[in-house]
Parts: sequence; structure tokens; C-alpha cells
Amino acid sequence: MTPSDGQTGPVRLLLRGIRKAFGTNIVLHGIDLSIRPGEMVALLGENGAGKSTLSSIIAGLNRPDAGEMEWEGRAYAPDNPGDALENGIGLIHQEMKLLPDLSIAENVFVGRLPMRGGRVDRAWMRERAGAHLRALGLDVSPDRLVRGLSVAAQQQVEIAKALTLGARLLILDEPTAALGLAETEHLFAQVRRLKNEGVSFLYVSHRLEEIAQICDRIVVLRDGHLVATHDTAQVPVPVLLRDMVGRSIDRIFPSVQPPDTREVIHVDTLSSKSGAFRDVSFSVHAGEVFGIAGIVGAGRTELVRAIAGADPVSSGAIVLDGEALRTGQPDEAIRRGIVLVPEDRKGQGVVLDHSIADNLALGNADRIARSGWLTPDTVSRFAQELVQRLGVKGRPEQSARSLSGGNQQKVVIARWVARSPRVFILDEPTRGIDMGARAAIYDLIAGLAAQGMAVIVVSSDLEEVLGLSHRVMVLARGRQMGVLPRAEASNVRVMELATA
Amino acid sequence: MSGHPSTARDAAAVATVAAQPGSGRRSFLSMLGGAQGPLIGLVLLCIGFSLSTHVFLTLRNALNVIDQSTTLGILALGMTGVIIIGGIDLSVGSILALSIMVLGWLPQDYGVPFPLALLIAIAVGGVCGLVNGLLVTRARLPAFIATLTMMSVARGAANITTDGQQVVGYPDWFTSLATERYLGVLSATVALFAILAFSAWIFLRFRATGRALYAIGGSAEVARLAGVKVRKLTVSVYVVSGLLAGIAAAVMASRLDSSQPSAGLGYELDAIAAVVIGGASLSGGIGSVVGTVIGVFIIGVLHNGLNLVGISPFYQQIVIGLVIAAAVTADTLRRRS
Repeated sequence: MTPSDGQTGPVRLLLRGIRKAFGTNIVLHGIDLSIRPGEMVALLGENGAGKSTLSSIIAGLNRPDAGEMEWEGRAYAPDNPGDALENGIGLIHQEMKLLPDLSIAENVFVGRLPMRGGRVDRAWMRERAGAHLRALGLDVSPDRLVRGLSVAAQQQVEIAKALTLGARLLILDEPTAALGLAETEHLFAQVRRLKNEGVSFLYVSHRLEEIAQICDRIVVLRDGHLVATHDTAQVPVPVLLRDMVGRSIDRIFPSVQPPDTREVIHVDTLSSKSGAFRDVSFSVHAGEVFGIAGIVGAGRTELVRAIAGADPVSSGAIVLDGEALRTGQPDEAIRRGIVLVPEDRKGQGVVLDHSIADNLALGNADRIARSGWLTPDTVSRFAQELVQRLGVKGRPEQSARSLSGGNQQKVVIARWVARSPRVFILDEPTRGIDMGARAAIYDLIAGLAAQGMAVIVVSSDLEEVLGLSHRVMVLARGRQMGVLPRAEASNVRVMELATA
Repeated sequence: MSGHPSTARDAAAVATVAAQPGSGRRSFLSMLGGAQGPLIGLVLLCIGFSLSTHVFLTLRNALNVIDQSTTLGILALGMTGVIIIGGIDLSVGSILALSIMVLGWLPQDYGVPFPLALLIAIAVGGVCGLVNGLLVTRARLPAFIATLTMMSVARGAANITTDGQQVVGYPDWFTSLATERYLGVLSATVALFAILAFSAWIFLRFRATGRALYAIGGSAEVARLAGVKVRKLTVSVYVVSGLLAGIAAAVMASRLDSSQPSAGLGYELDAIAAVVIGGASLSGGIGSVVGTVIGVFIIGVLHNGLNLVGISPFYQQIVIGLVIAAAVTADTLRRRS
């Protein structure tokens, strides 16, 4: 494939026949790609399609086995990320690589602190970092420690860092995965401004709506092959999905049956100890999918964590099947049948270095152990059955770390499915998970409701909440803004409430 | 920055797979629970010393090594649990000293009946462990700091009991526990160590609570959200470590027929070394009793063999340091490949 002719101007970055294999596993089969000044190219593909490998080759983290790169007309073969940065290519990774106990200014200039008279020139550093942060619309002191900054703010510090290095190509890897709507809008505004100044972008994301909003071209990878290039970002979603998964997806969200009238859980004027939410009341019925929407910081995660006993509450009550629940104790909530699939899968959902089998047995020991005895055989049989039942792509003895995000998520869901709980809570169930696996998770969620559980889904992905839920509750700044039945829950209506 | 920032953790992940008991393999090797590497090391050491000196490979010497390893072995069992939950216990050597002094001091200065003093001495170990556990879970001190505190306090208390003097002379039945060999081989103290090690192995491998300790070490927050009573178990693990230090004190008193406030100096580090040589990860979630026991014997055989070969204790310390580095490096490399 040759660089597109739809755009004018010289090519800034050119890739020809980039190949890469890890062991016998060929990850990239000869990729051609070009990016022009001020252009934003979306790199789409399922997990494992080769997006990250390609980005890391461009950013100097990996070397290609074959093929060549040209940067601003000259051959380009970075040995390390420092080389790439010197050339003007910065990678903004989805997991931040900032030093939490240094100030923002120090982070921006780390590794090249400005010196004057043998001492670090703090005044100059502070001023330069501050100017860049202000230009990005981040109104915090450059002296502040990075620890405690929001993810969005940290991202802007990363971008500021790359820009002070004179970056002319920024690779953004899932930049909005942890951002709320307002923060995403803000990021996009900055990105557009930088584009107008001639900065090029390679934008790696699963979020098709965003790509349509800000990208100029779309490149789709599948199994290490470049399968499609679209010279416009206005490509119908079904077409992109077909490009990505190689098959046509007509329906992403499974249909859910109408819920039972039986109330399973009632949350009564619940307030959090930390003040993250106040006076929230709602009920969920058997077989119902109850969505919770809101922007980041609205208190959604805190609310569901409190219901699952993970965080303490200051007042209010949770009534399960007519009987009050002792709050603030996860083991008690689990025993009563309230389970949580947490937002932070790697930090709170699975023990990464333990096997799938051990991860599944965790939380089920009381069920599968016989008078406290939990033999390897019992665990293995238990895991084998669950792995098959939920279609986890992995062997029970394989470590959780070796699984894709989607399969890790299935492990967490499987752990709780095995208990046949009463209330199934999922917080951001598809964050960072590719399209194909998402559909499987949606089917699982619909299946839980069909079995008569009360399902609570928190998601920043509006389409997802609206597509799955019977009713949607909107939170804003810790207050309950309203509960909308599916028929009334439109994008616009929810956003109105969420940002009210 | 490197292209594989998590290689070490990946290696650990692979190791967990290798150590997984759940794969249905019922072989002896799987029973070792990932401790094959240390076992090979131990066998090589034994072969080496057997070739260097004819005294090494005798029943008498083997029993000697085992006798000498019981105290450290008992401490290391407790340490295995602590390290599996991702903690550390620097106080076991000092707790041992306090317990051993209580054991000698109460009968000598207060006429407490010896069997009662024995129970009190072990209980004192448990109380020290309880304080450790509460400092870690309630005061939220890092385990390193909490047990460093106890290391200092218990050592001081051990000296206070008799104002730094040693206590000599225990009942004959008590000292014979370490010296009399039933069937010509097994002393009561060695049998005690064997029973404790076997119980610990059963507990960590086959009890739901034992498996939960691995989950705590793997990720305490994941474990808590999965309904594991993390605080309660953490406290229990430190209590057990303290109790075992108390039991180790009794074993030592029986062997030496005396109590000294300087007993067990530096033993905490030997115990940590044994656990780590046995393949445990200091970041928690990985470790096994079989590995620890092998680690204990590697240290015991090294001391014994180097003595027999006539190498001075100063050089022995250097050798043991190098062995720790070599064992962990070999383990990491093996797991990575």
C-alpha cells in the first residue's frame, strides 16, 4: 500500500515493510504507513493485532526485524526511546510513566534538568514547565508533586514533557481510557490546537466515536497485517468493526428481557464516609440491568464499592432480599450474594502472577473446599469447568498476567458467576478491552440478568450503559441526578444530567 | 526504559505456572512445588563435600547437620508464611532470645515450674508476634519497620530479664529431647521440626486458608475484595511466626542446656535467606515449605561442609552471601527460559 494521495504536503514519517516477530510468533507482517505534518492517523485493531508493537517500534522501544523507516526524509532507526525523542517522536503510554514523588516541573525535565552554575536552574525549569502546562490548559503549579494528580492531568504532564523536547509526532496509546467526558473534550481541544501547529499524531484507540471526531485517516491492523486504510475518518462503524474482526457485527448489544417485579436490592439514602456520594437511593429488581452513568469523579465507583463492602459508608442502609446488610465488609457482602467486578482489573480483580485456577478459587474457597480442605485437584476441576463455561481463552494453570484484558475480565466474572450471586456489580466492565471480547462480555452480562440476578453496570462509555441497561441512574458530583427508564435514556438526556 | 519492563514479573508468572499444583500431575517433582532448582543445588553441594572430605558423607555427620538446622528450620517455617503474604519478620532472632531467657529466668529467679515456664516462653513469642501483626495491620506500619522495632525491643527485654547474664542447667529430660536419638537417628527436637514442617506443608498446599495467604501476597486488595479476611490472616501469620520463634528457643535451650540473651543474633537474616534460596519471592505470593526446608539444609550443609574442609568462619560468611545471590539468579534465569 502506498501513502495516500488524498493529503498534500511532505511525508513526515514513512514506514516500509516493517516486520517483527517475538520468537516464532510473527506480530507484524510488513507494515507500510505514512504520516504527514499536522495529520492525525488512527491506528485501530483488536488486542493482539500489533498496534502496540508498531507504536513501540516507532518510539524506539523495539527494533523491527525487517523493513525501514524514514523520518523527515532521512533514514530513521532508533535504538531506544531517547533516540526517538531526540528526533521528535514521543509515546504517551496508556499507563503513565511519571515519577510520583517528583514535582511536575522535575518530571517534565527529568534526565535533562537545566543547569546553571553547577546547580539545577529551578526558576527557569518552573517557568518553562508552567508555560507548557498553561498552553495545554492545565492550571496547576509546576511545583506540585505528580502523586495525587488526576490521570488526565498526568497525561498532560506527559504531553508537556514531549513538547518541551520538540516532539513533532505524538503517539497516543488509548489516551482517553481513563478520562471522563469533559476531560476527553479538553484533551481533544488541545490535540486539535497542536495539530494546527503542525504536530502529527498516531492515535491508538478502541473508541470508534472518538476517532471519527478527531482523526484524519484510519489504518486498521488485524493479526499483524494492515487490512484497511481509510482516507477519511468518516467511516461507518460496522465497516470498521468488520475490518477489525474480519467478520460483520450487526448487533453489539444483546437484547435483555424485561425484568421481574421482585426487588432484590434496595439502597436507602446511602452516603459515603469520604464524601464521594451523598443520599443515594435506588432499587434493582431481579433480572434487571441497572446502569450508572456520570462523568469521572461523579462518585460512581465509590458508590458501587460501598455497596460491595469495599469502602465504609457514613449513613444510610443497603437492604438485600428484605434484610439489612452489614456495610463495609467485602466478605460479608459476598456471603450475602453481592459481588463486584472492580474497575481496576489488574490492581483489584486478578492476582496477576497466580494461575487462572487459583484466581478462580479465590473467593470460592468457602464453596469448593470441604471442611477447609482445598486440594489442587479440586481447584483444577473447578477451574476447568468455569473456563469452559465462560469461554476463557487460556488453560487453568496459565498465569493471569499472560491473558488478554478481555480474558482477565472473564476470569473475574467467572469467579463470581460460580457463586450464583444475587447482585452482580460490574464497574467499567469493558475498559481497555477489544471489540470482539466486548461483545462476549455484553452477552455474559445479559445472561446474568436472564438468570434472575440484579445487575448493576457502571460505565463511562455512554453507548454501553444505554445499550445494556433497563434503567440508567445518573450521578453528578456525588448526587443522584435522576433515574431514567430505557425509553427516556438518550445520549443527550444523560449528558444533560451528568453535567448539570 | 526497556522493551520488557516486566520481565522479572513475567518470570515469576511463569514460575507460578510451573509451581501450579492444579495441573493434575501427581509426580514427585510436582510435589516439590517449584523447588527443583534448590534441590539440585543441595545435591550438588553434598556431592562436592563428599568428594572433598570423607567425613562428610557419614550418618553421624548427616545427623549433626540436621540437628544443627532445627532451630533455623523452625524459624524459617514461620518466615515462609510471612514472606508469602508479602511481609518480612526481622524480629524472630530477638524473639527467640527473649523466649529462651524467659525459659531460663522464670524457674531460676521465681521458682516457676519448668513445664509452665516452657509454655510461657512460647506464649511470649506469640505475644511478640501479635504486636508485630497489630503494628502492621492497625498502625499500618510497613512490616520492615514494625518488626525492626520488635527486633530491638525483644532483644532489650531479653537482656533485662537476667541483666545480661546467661542461665545454665535445664532438667535432664529436657536436654535429652535434643540429645537422645530414638532408633539411633531421631531426636525429639528433630521429630518436632519434621512434624512442624509437614504441618506447614499441608497447611499451605491443601488448606483453603493456606491458599488465601498466597492470594494476600499476590495482591492484598484483590484478596480483600474477594472476601479474604486479610487483616485477621495477616495478624495470625505474624503470631505463628512469633510462636515458632518461641518453639525454636525451646529447641535451642534443649540443645545447649543454657540460655543466653545473645541467642539467635542474626538468625532472622539466615531464616530470610533460607526462604529466598528456597524460591520464595520477597514481593509475596510465591514460596513453599519444601523450598524453605531445602534452603535451610543448603545453609546447614554449607556451614558444616566448609567447617569440615577447614575454611574459616569469616570465609564461610562470604560463601553464604555468594550462594544466596547465585541461588536467586539461577532461579530467575531458569524461570525466564
